[in-house]
Amino acid sequence: MKDLSIFIVGAAGEGLQTIGDVVARALLRTGISVFTTKEYESRIRGGNSSYRIRAAGPNAPRHEADVLLSLNSAAASHYETSASSPCVVLGELSPGGQGIAIPFQTLAKEEFGSPIVANSIAAGALAAVVGLSQDILEASFRERFQKLPADVVQKNVEASRLGHKRASESLDASRAIKLESTASTSVFASVHEVIPLAAAAAGCRFMSAYPMSPATGIMTAFAKDPELGVFVEQVEDEIAAINMSLGASAAGARAMTATSGGGFALMTEGISLAGMTETPLVIVVAQRPGPATGLPTRTAQEDLNFAIHGGHGEFARAVLAPSNPQDAVDATFRAFALAEKYQMPVLVLTDQLLADSHFSVPDLEIPKKPVPRGLADPAKFKSYQRYALTEDGISPRLALGQSEHLVLIDSDEHTEDGHITEDLKVTRPAMVEKRLEKARRLKGEIAMPDAYRTDGARHVLISWGSSRAAVYEAVDILRSQKKPFGALHFTEVWPLPHLTLPTTVRYWTVEGNAAGQFARLLQAEWSIPFEGKIQRYDGNPLDAVSIVAEVLGDEPEVSS
Amino acid sequence: MIPIESYKTTAENQWCPGCPNFGIQTALKRALSALDLAPHQVCLVSGIGQAAKTPHYIAANVFNGLHGRAIPAAIGIHIANPKLKTIVTSGDGCIYGEGGNHLLHAFRRNPDITILVHDNQIYALTKGQGSPTTRRGEKTRMQFAGVAIDPSQMLATAIVHDCTFVARGYAGDLDGLADILQRAITHRGLSLVDIIQPCITWGNHPVSWYKERAIPIPEDHDVTNRDRAIALALETPDSFPIGVLYEKPSRETFGEAYRQRTGSKALFALLPLDPHIVQARLAALRIDAAPPSGAENKGAQ
Repeated sequence: MKDLSIFIVGAAGEGLQTIGDVVARALLRTGISVFTTKEYESRIRGGNSSYRIRAAGPNAPRHEADVLLSLNSAAASHYETSASSPCVVLGELSPGGQGIAIPFQTLAKEEFGSPIVANSIAAGALAAVVGLSQDILEASFRERFQKLPADVVQKNVEASRLGHKRASESLDASRAIKLESTASTSVFASVHEVIPLAAAAAGCRFMSAYPMSPATGIMTAFAKDPELGVFVEQVEDEIAAINMSLGASAAGARAMTATSGGGFALMTEGISLAGMTETPLVIVVAQRPGPATGLPTRTAQEDLNFAIHGGHGEFARAVLAPSNPQDAVDATFRAFALAEKYQMPVLVLTDQLLADSHFSVPDLEIPKKPVPRGLADPAKFKSYQRYALTEDGISPRLALGQSEHLVLIDSDEHTEDGHITEDLKVTRPAMVEKRLEKARRLKGEIAMPDAYRTDGARHVLISWGSSRAAVYEAVDILRSQKKPFGALHFTEVWPLPHLTLPTTVRYWTVEGNAAGQFARLLQAEWSIPFEGKIQRYDGNPLDAVSIVAEVLGDEPEVSS
Repeated sequence: MIPIESYKTTAENQWCPGCPNFGIQTALKRALSALDLAPHQVCLVSGIGQAAKTPHYIAANVFNGLHGRAIPAAIGIHIANPKLKTIVTSGDGCIYGEGGNHLLHAFRRNPDITILVHDNQIYALTKGQGSPTTRRGEKTRMQFAGVAIDPSQMLATAIVHDCTFVARGYAGDLDGLADILQRAITHRGLSLVDIIQPCITWGNHPVSWYKERAIPIPEDHDVTNRDRAIALALETPDSFPIGVLYEKPSRETFGEAYRQRTGSKALFALLPLDPHIVQARLAALRIDAAPPSGAENKGAQ
């Protein structure tokens, strides 16, 4: 078996995450890579949710379960259609459902006198099915529960043993699962877990934000860990969030904020303020499906256009869209560096998939080169003008209060020294040109897309952001079927780089929105032949199987 | 004392000739001079409106941001560089209207900044619509039949929220106002000064009407008496008791806990974060595979 997709399904509050984490870590301890995703409703208790583990496969979602562990029968019914054929179903079964019936709750009460250990029985049963030894599982348990009293841990370990034994006894030996060990060490991390670390390492000192799924984890990471040295404040709204961080940045602190689409909508006047006042700022926009409240806990790539265009007037900005933890570390450093160099807002686009998924990667490295300090040396100026006109449009920047030089920062159209002006003849055109010159220079240093298996490709899938691994997997599947596909994946999505694409191949765009937002950008920028658009907008992440199905469905003769 | 001339700027003044904003400008310059605050030690922060242009006319560091958003910007500046004296100077529409929510939460945070509200009870720059402090029944260029809703009571609200310094000034009384501003700027914690300012272009009343109602608060007023302070605040809009209504020693000011770790240096002047701190957290994300043993990964039997 190449890879294994495990769904742990149940209601919110039933402890899916604990079971999933324990089993995922146990798999990692045996050298098996895992990619975990969470899929849940916008509620605190009840409903249907799943924790998914893809073992020994790419870090990309699969929407089909090879093993389905169900904590209640309603969830078993709800997720029945996700089961692959054949699929090992275990746990509380749906009425009339086939599989290994293990009544976790009843067993917990009867054998241990406590329903609380039901999940440990479930974890044990799942471990047995996926070929994990009791020893490895136990180690994972002890690690996970290290803060609990020894007798509690012992009880849970014993419960997991019972689950392991029950499942082993019921499992048909011919269906035993054997996964390949590939790595001796893995870093197991989510994108939103590493962004705060990278930001702190990049010199971020200030964050103001308002809680909004799926962005909230970034602000809480700073709050939980004061040693990172970032002043973090939960403010009254996203308008305060962006204006406060801009104030801090104007006074010289490297600053950031984070939100999702609705919050970013409130921030847009502030984005424009960053553009006009030429104040560096990093804004993480964690996308979820809209419009308005949309689907708060689901994923989408719907805010690309909004990230690029949100904010009135014309000014420079960059939009970066990482796809995995290392990418996110690099994009965070890059965001702070570009913000500082061009004195502008830089947006980092993530989404619920990246926020809630854990990737296993061989290593994670913080860039060695520090983000260059964008502040000038005050001693160099006899007199200082914040918006001095220069050839590249970038004025030497001093912070408010950095020295005896007065710094005047103005949201009105302004003179070089920062005072309000209505001089339409000279100053206004010069300031517009100055701001746009920065955009032109920025375009010159935007990274090229990553090319994947484009040698000999006659069809190229173009994607951006979180879908990278799914798209590359789709290319692998298509190539294995002798279909000449490759991929181009963009991490720096705005401005688009100076790039000439060959017109001899056919292009497909793959993105998590219905309107084909990136496709339209590309069509406006480059006239290249588009074969089709693959769009997913049901709230689930893009996956290789559906991409392949769409490609082949649209074009059965694609290999010819 | 810093000479008053030090605060002169070259910007062309856009206020109406004779506007009481000039009085506020002069009083603020006098207060800064008396407090020995040189222009580079001060940051004036404003939103949008005629009052919000004040920072262009007093030499200092300036952040002239968005309408209604002066307070969050000022808090960010203050946290990033607590040595700068950060003073918000904007109008009633900006601070009580568009930015009212930020003011409410500023009371809760108690940052060590000063907020001056040029309260002329009108939207002047947009040519005469009602503001949050326009009296009920007054006709404007928008509320043609008269304002149909009650004015906001932001000073009383401030006192209810235990804002640590609450005062009312009058733009026509330069000496009195300069004194109040000195006290406000010196106060440790958030100070809010509502400055009654006749609008000579759009206002419904002559300057004399304001002058008659701008009555000094009796000298025996106990500024720690919250109930009395609220009662004084609520005398407006019928009259304007001028002086400090409420003052109390600050509880913790915003950001103090962070500052206990970092000192009072500006954030840009702090040493870079020790790289080991982030390295240790990345190391904690690693999971080592256990050495292979016979029992492992054989599949369920």
